Formats: sequence, C-alpha cells, structure tokens
Amino acid sequence: MSLPAYEYLSHPADVRFRAFGNTLEEVFEHSALAMFNVIVTNISNIKPERSVDLELESNGLENLLYNYLSELLFQFEVEEIIFGEFHVDSIIQADTGYILKGRAQGEDIDLTRHAFETEVKAVTYHQLSVTKEDVGYSTQVIVDT
Amino acid sequence: MTKPSDIVQKVEENLYEVPMDFQEGMRVPGRILVSQKLMNDLEIGTLHQTANVAALPGIQKYSLAMPDAHFGYGFPIGGVAAFDATEGVISPGGVGFDINCGVRILRTDLEIREVRPRIKELMNKLFTAIPSGVGSKSKLRVSDSELDDAFSLGARWAVEQGYGVESDILHCEDSGFIDAADPEKVSDKARKRGKPQFGTLGSGNHFLEVQEVDKIYEPEIAKLFGIREGTVTVMIHCGSRGAGHQICTDYLQVMEQASKKYGINLPDKQLACAPADSREGQDYFKAMAAGANYAWANRQVITHWVRETFENVFNKDAEELGMDLVYDVAHNVAKLEEHEIDGKKKQVYVHRKGATRAFPAGHPDVPTVYRSVGQPVLIPGSMGTPSYILHGAERSMELTFGSACHGAGRVMGRAEAKRKFRGEVLEKQLADQGIYVRATHPSMLAEEAPEVYKSSSEVVNVVHDLNIARKVVRVKPMGVAKG
Repeated sequence: MSLPAYEYLSHPADVRFRAFGNTLEEVFEHSALAMFNVIVTNISNIKPERSVDLELESNGLENLLYNYLSELLFQFEVEEIIFGEFHVDSIIQADTGYILKGRAQGEDIDLTRHAFETEVKAVTYHQLSVTKEDVGYSTQVIVDT
Repeated sequence: MTKPSDIVQKVEENLYEVPMDFQEGMRVPGRILVSQKLMNDLEIGTLHQTANVAALPGIQKYSLAMPDAHFGYGFPIGGVAAFDATEGVISPGGVGFDINCGVRILRTDLEIREVRPRIKELMNKLFTAIPSGVGSKSKLRVSDSELDDAFSLGARWAVEQGYGVESDILHCEDSGFIDAADPEKVSDKARKRGKPQFGTLGSGNHFLEVQEVDKIYEPEIAKLFGIREGTVTVMIHCGSRGAGHQICTDYLQVMEQASKKYGINLPDKQLACAPADSREGQDYFKAMAAGANYAWANRQVITHWVRETFENVFNKDAEELGMDLVYDVAHNVAKLEEHEIDGKKKQVYVHRKGATRAFPAGHPDVPTVYRSVGQPVLIPGSMGTPSYILHGAERSMELTFGSACHGAGRVMGRAEAKRKFRGEVLEKQLADQGIYVRATHPSMLAEEAPEVYKSSSEVVNVVHDLNIARKVVRVKPMGVAKG
C-alpha cells in the first residue's frame, strides 16, 4: 500500500500537515506541495512556466526543511510566482550541515486567474520533524496562518 | 483523558493556577484566566504550552494565559510572560510572526441611520481603497529610505508624510512607535517582502469593519473616548505583513543557534530565545521594534484611506465627520516595561502574544487624555459578533503585568471550518442580520465563521469581572471587509 504524498492533521488555529516520501528529496517536495496546496486553489492546474533555482544550507535536516519552506514563501511573495511543482535534485550531507539543490516552478501571479485560499504567514519550529521511517521518510510541519 | 480542570487549582473566581509540579522544569506557576464555561473549552495543550513558557530563564511571577487562550505554536495564543531585563530572555516565539498585529478604532459623528442605507456602497469602496487578500499589492510605492523611516518612526512617519493628523499619534499606544527600533537589524529579505505590502490589510482574521455603537456601559468614560450612542465607528485589524513574518522567520534561526550557545534548555524549539542582554537578544528586539513600527505606519496609512473613502461617500471632510482615532493597540509584541515584583520595581520584557496591554488610570504610559480612567483596551469580536472597548482597570498590574485578552480566540481549525461551513451561506446569514460582508473569496468567510471562535462576550466578561479591564462600549458590525 502506498502512502499519500501528504495529509492534514487537525489544529485549532493553524495548519498542521504530514508529508511522506520514498527519499529525503521526495519528502521535501511533498512538504512544499502540502504547504502551497493550503495557499492556492487547484494547485494541479498551475503550469511550470517560470522556474526559481534553490540552493540552501542548514546545520540539520529540520532546520533545512524550515529554511526550504520559508524560502519558498519568500520567493512566492517577492517574485510573485505561484508555485505548483517542486523538484529537489539532491540533499547531501557536507562538513557544515546539509545542502539542498533544486528548483520550484509555477506561473506569474494573476489575480484574474488564480484563486487563493489561506495566507500562510510563516513556517514554525513547533513540533517540526523529519523522520526516517522503515520505508522512506516523513515530515511534520505546522504553518502559521 | 486528563482535562485542564483536573490539573488547575482555583485561586479565585475566573482565576486558576497551574501548579509547578504539572510539568518538569517550571520555574514559576502558570495562571489561567477563564470562566467555568471557557475552562470546559480549554485544550490540555494550552496548559502544556503555558507550562513550557514557565520553564524559560528569568520568568517572573507567573506564565499567564488570557481568557481567549488557545493552543498555538511555542507560546499559547493569549500568552503573557515577563522576563527579567538582565537575567531573563527574549523570545520571538513569544511575539509571533505577525509582529504588532493590532487593532485601532476611529470614532465618527455619523449617525447609524445615515450610514445604514449606504453601507454597501461604503464597504465596496473601502474594499477597493484598501488592498487585501493573498497576493494583493499596495498602491503605495515607498523608497528604501522611506521604508527605513517607517521602521524607525512608525505612525509618526506616516503622519509626517501626510497620512493623518498629529492627534492620531497621541492616540496610539507608545505614540505609534518603539524607539529601540533599528532598521539595520532588519534583513534584506524582510525589506523585500515588506515594501510591496506596505498599505495592505492582509488576510486571515484581519479585517476592516464599519460598526454601530450598540451599548454603553460607562457613559462618562465613553464620552472621554469620544463615543456616543447611535453613532458609527470604524475598526482596523492588521499587522506588519510580510515584513514582520520575515523578521520573525529570520530571528528564529538566530535564536535556535543562540539557545544552544547559551545553554538554554528548550521544551519546544519554537520557544528559541537568547538572554535579554545578549547581542542576539538585543538584535532581535531592535528588529522586532522596527517590525512593530512598520505595523503602526501600515495602520496609519490605511486610516488615511478610510477617511478619504468616507469623505468621498458622505461628501464631507474627515474633520467634519469627526473621524478621530480613539486608540490603537498592539497585541503581538514584546515591550521593555517597569513592573512591581515582590514589592520592588523591576525592568522586564513583557511578551504579549495575542494579548492587549491594559494599563490602569494613573499609569505614565497611558496618554494624558485618558490617564484619569486608564487606556482604552480594544477587543475585536469574530466576524459578525460584537467588539468591545474596555478601559484598563485596577488589578491589571497586580494580576497580569497590565494585560488583557485580545479577541475571541479560535476553537476550530481553518480546514475543519471550510469543511463545515460554506462562505455563500454565511454571507446570506450575515446579510439577514443586517451585516454586509465583502471578501476576496467565499472560502475565506468559511474559515472565519463566527462559530469557529469562542464567544467574545464570554471572554470579555472574565477580564471585566477580575477588574483587569472594564467594559465601556459595545459595538456591532454593519459592514465587514476581509482579505
């Protein structure tokens, strides 16, 4: 039986989700999808017209996930791109920590075409986890909405 | 399953203590301000979060949860804690991402009967004049140096630029700016997010409301606040937008490292903090103050556009319409304040995360005009429910470091609300009650349905009965604009 890419758990005020993946790279991609699925209606309709390259470094996997999702929120607001696809090419362990390389793809925000759901203010550290499972990986994230 | 009522000990009516043996590491007890009814709604997680805060170094007296408290991330929402200015800590998690999310209310001389027939036109024009919602952009284009000035001077900068009048500043908490702000401590990223969003309302629970004065509890004090029965008020609820969100995001990472560096044991990573007098602690405080000032400038600019819209609709200038600012409060912020602890005056960093300052009569930080009665305390209701203006009262300094609740407090998550309610149905129900709502998206209304919040009157009654802040005026929405 295969796990879903992500699922939402209840939280009284904010949004909490878990994501799953066969690899570390995949679980990061699915975490990003889970977050942007909160923000935009019909994420699967967003076309990969523009691309933003990402290269991030953090001293632990949880910090890397926090850094990755926060960076995507920043790029979304500043570059005015609504993302629909996330590619993490590699997460490698170096002397100083973990390095992520990848890209996110989407369209220029056009308020006449895109409908937004919930504003995600930020990613929190609260109960943030990246866990190696028997098969693959899972994450848990709470975002402030 | 253990319930909060099994754990707490009653101190007096509406006030309960979380004993220090509830959780390992607590340095002080917790104190929860709730009625019996609110106690039944309280999640055990809120108690754990209150206890987690009680474990932070230098905490004074109690870790507090206001009557609207609910489970958040790090601090509970509705959490108040004061830390010794030299031996304590500063924590971005005790302020939250939306630095200086706050509320202001404007009075008017407009009668309800003059506004009622034009409410749709008014709300539609306000909705257009003040950009809101995800992805919305401001019509204001500020330069880098203007952004610096807004970070440094808050509402004062906006007034100097022509967005308001001098008396607006006198009717703001802290005169609309914290002078510890240092724009150099604000990252490039926070500037980039803050710049295009300057002069926008945002989304979520933020709103702009045209209200009718529904009930007056204290006629003399209401008069001093400039509020008259049968008239209309305007409430603005918003914060520091992407600028504040990014400042908090940046400094959480700094604090996460700092906690390790200074050997601070954290019960929850979101409580990451640094000693108040360390470089990291002070850098955050200066950046947070800049974020708070941005929020005050933002609310001031929005106020200006609200006045312009009223001028346009009612064909009179704002002065003739009597559109004066009554007050402006910050409900997500940390402040350096003096409090009496064990009979001694002490400098403390008071963190209010979803809590409103409620200084009583005679306090030097209450504006001169209100000093004889205490500061106005603004408590917004949820969509479609009443909001309250209270005044800071006698016991706030003794019980809560001069703090009260900040709103109704959520009881249901956004996703669940969307499954349960339909925006279109809510819109119709509110219209039947005479409330006209404009929103960017119907699902936004579902997320903010009145039923997802605790009752604002129940929450307000707790601080009223404890004599922390006393009810002065109740206002009811006539029109709501939501992002």
